[in-house]
Amino acid sequence: MPICALIIDDSSVMRKIVERSLRQAGIDLSKVFEASNGAEALVVLQDNVVDLMLCDINMPVMDGLEFIKRLPEVANAKGVPVVMITTEGSESHVVEALSHGARGYIRKPFTAEQVKEHVVPILGGKS
Amino acid sequence: MKSANELLAANGHRETWTPLLEMATREVFELMLSCQLTVATTPEESTPEVTAMVGLAGQLCGVLSVCCGNKAAALMASKMLGVELDKVGAEVSDALGEVCNMVAGNFKNKIAGLAEGCMLSPPTVITGSDYSLHSMAESPGLEINLLFENMPLAISLQIHS
Repeated sequence: MPICALIIDDSSVMRKIVERSLRQAGIDLSKVFEASNGAEALVVLQDNVVDLMLCDINMPVMDGLEFIKRLPEVANAKGVPVVMITTEGSESHVVEALSHGARGYIRKPFTAEQVKEHVVPILGGKS
Repeated sequence: MKSANELLAANGHRETWTPLLEMATREVFELMLSCQLTVATTPEESTPEVTAMVGLAGQLCGVLSVCCGNKAAALMASKMLGVELDKVGAEVSDALGEVCNMVAGNFKNKIAGLAEGCMLSPPTVITGSDYSLHSMAESPGLEINLLFENMPLAISLQIHS
């Protein structure tokens, strides 16, 4: 079944790479929303329902950790898996993201295979 | 494995970190651009036309920079986006900034204590070659020179503490 994804990264190039990696991983995407920071992503979620979110950590305006902390307030985000994709290798950031509900953590640089390993299982047969 | 502070105090970081910087750079190009960097067999004389910089702060303070020519930067963007070279436009700076960001992140994650104790700034990209960089570095920086699709690519790390 095709899924709808929200990709959050301050780099437009990285957003395209993440989208391509999802497609290379065999994930059937019906629609992809993009946001360049957490605040923009919250606006997208006001009017749209998505099946998966992939989020950078270090971003201006609202970073990925703040964004994931705000998700419980967002009706459209309920139960939607979030995977963090970041250059940040700090163990404390990983723990913080996972403790606030992130379902996975992928470090840049990454391969499409790594994206597949982290994302496909959490979609639970949706893709 | 020695920590960053121990290596800096012993001034032994140069021989340890240079191969790690090269490995970090090669991994980024192999995984994100699907290409192998090569070593120049003869010294390459070139003027950098695009420079991306990422600051490091915390246990290691400094600046990591990636310098290359316009054509190399455009080709990087083309490979990262998966589009033809002539379709690349304003994304060139973004692409080189992300390359620099990933090299810096990958490098610090290879050194004990730095993944946790060192933060990265957002990338800054300078286009043009008519500029001088004045570093407040307290020790000589690390520099590696490689070839990206036979075009010069210089990666340097200026260490402030």
